[in-house]
Amino acid sequence: MEFGPYLLLACLEGAVLAAVLALMASGLSLVFGVMRVVNVAHGEFYMLGAVMAWVVTSVLGGGAVINFVAALILAPLIVGALAVLADVTILKRLSYDPERTIVATIGLLYIIQQLALMGYGPEARPVAPPFNSRIALPWVEWGEGGIGLYFPWGLSTTSYKLFVIVAAVVLLAALRLFMTRSRAGLIMRATQADGEMATAFGIPVERVYALVFGAGAALAALAGVLIVPIQQAHYLMGGDALLLSFIVVIIGGLGSLAGTVVAAVLIGMSDGIISVFFTPTLAKIIATLLVALVLVFRPQGLFGVRER
Amino acid sequence: MRGKTWGAVVALHLGLVAVLFALNFVLPVYHQGVLARVMVLAVYAIGYNIAFGYTGLLSLGHAMFFGAGLYGAGLMGLHFGMSALPAWLVGTGAGALLALVVGALALRTAGVSFMIVTLMFAQAVYLTILYFGDITHGDDGFVVPGVSRTLAGIDLSQQHPRYLVGWVLFSAALLFSLWLVRAPFGRVLVAIRENEERARLLGYDTGRRKLGALVISGAISAASGAAYGLLFGYVGASFAGVQYSIFALLWVLLGGAGTVLGPFVGTLFMFYLIDLATGVTDAYMLIAGVVLVGLTLFAPQGIVGEVRRRLWRDLP
Repeated sequence: MEFGPYLLLACLEGAVLAAVLALMASGLSLVFGVMRVVNVAHGEFYMLGAVMAWVVTSVLGGGAVINFVAALILAPLIVGALAVLADVTILKRLSYDPERTIVATIGLLYIIQQLALMGYGPEARPVAPPFNSRIALPWVEWGEGGIGLYFPWGLSTTSYKLFVIVAAVVLLAALRLFMTRSRAGLIMRATQADGEMATAFGIPVERVYALVFGAGAALAALAGVLIVPIQQAHYLMGGDALLLSFIVVIIGGLGSLAGTVVAAVLIGMSDGIISVFFTPTLAKIIATLLVALVLVFRPQGLFGVRER
Repeated sequence: MRGKTWGAVVALHLGLVAVLFALNFVLPVYHQGVLARVMVLAVYAIGYNIAFGYTGLLSLGHAMFFGAGLYGAGLMGLHFGMSALPAWLVGTGAGALLALVVGALALRTAGVSFMIVTLMFAQAVYLTILYFGDITHGDDGFVVPGVSRTLAGIDLSQQHPRYLVGWVLFSAALLFSLWLVRAPFGRVLVAIRENEERARLLGYDTGRRKLGALVISGAISAASGAAYGLLFGYVGASFAGVQYSIFALLWVLLGGAGTVLGPFVGTLFMFYLIDLATGVTDAYMLIAGVVLVGLTLFAPQGIVGEVRRRLWRDLP
């Protein structure tokens, strides 16, 4: 393949990664924005989403489409409910102290991961995509008779990958509408702006926190369900995903949804493209150092605005 | 602290050191090996405790200092055939230097940001070890050659020398930290932990003292890592991974952050707990998770911290 088509392919792969990452990171960002806590167990909720998708699929045993739709609805609900439970039993009792919450969610990370190992096992298991037709992509070329279209060998994507990108865009738009237009979104933003004042106005802040934590986990689970037909479900898949979401959320500015989405596109696309030129390890080293330096020198993120 | 209780405190710590020395001659081989490991790793926890327990710097990246010591010493042995003592010094120095550089950057942040910055730096160090696989042997790690495992003609891979060297290192670290918390420098660190603003108001340059504490902490962690590699003969990337950063936090929290004995008690307890669990299930890290959550919920003071709260108010 020539360089141009190759780059297009890298961009497409990058866009799929960006889509999944944006969903997952917006969950992390939502939790940080409203509750001011960092959820280190976020990657495990993503893993649980993928594992639950496999569980739902193998329990139902219907057609691929029915299975997938069921997983898309059930897995986030189950994972969200588990997260609400964790919030009520653990985080609430720590009064959301930022440092102790991180330590507790590290514990939660190991608990979820190891229970998954015990219940689900160390194997990586696939879930069949609901549809998976191969789509060959054309490439323009200056031929002898002017511009011509041709289909280079290997330049193709699948309908499912395109679906993931569209689904993520739709879900993120819905999340934005929910936060800006709905009453529940208003309550969340009020809690984010000033928890004490919100309590004074009769907002049940603790219930809002529990629901936000659940919703954040559900977003991660949704990302997990979407990725599992492309990557297989494995009990250790949460670690890398967590690291990438951290990078996205910090570069985008902690707690800012719009910044998170922009950063996810940036990181997802550049990960696809950088891996073409450098080894993935070097790309990761650069990304982690970049994040550390952003936090040191520009704590509001690359796109954030400094508070006061 | 009154002179009498201070005498009792010193007696308690020296007593532990003496008991550990005596155990070398009575313990069965298996437990002697475990205790040697626990003592060397407890030095890592003591180093972590100086940053987290006494200065209030919650780092999630101390494995990079442990790893710097481990690789600093191990690579000297592997590539240059250096003997144990100089290799150990190189490892410890590498950790101190890394702590100086990381501290100068990371200490510009505080709280949650500091946790994430240290986590990210540690991840970068871990990935760097993997990236330079030609030199470091990456994920597989390497066995430290025999030349580097001899000290003044004594083979450190033997049971008794290994235990005793571990014991010397542990005793030195324990007594150093006991001295440090009574020294003026250590008292300022506690003041910074309790209220940095007030310490600064009293005229202390808190930034420099925090950097000093982190360098001491990093150097002790690296001293542990270097000794671990030389005594037990294996150097691998997993020792520099996130899990080892979490282990330091776990051991110190369990034993009691901000207590001199806590790191050892926590390491000993957790080591045997995981040792028991590995016999039952592959998912032994489940124990680590449950203990972490349980500690933050019910016993943020840890074991020695509880003892101090209930029985012995003056325990350092």
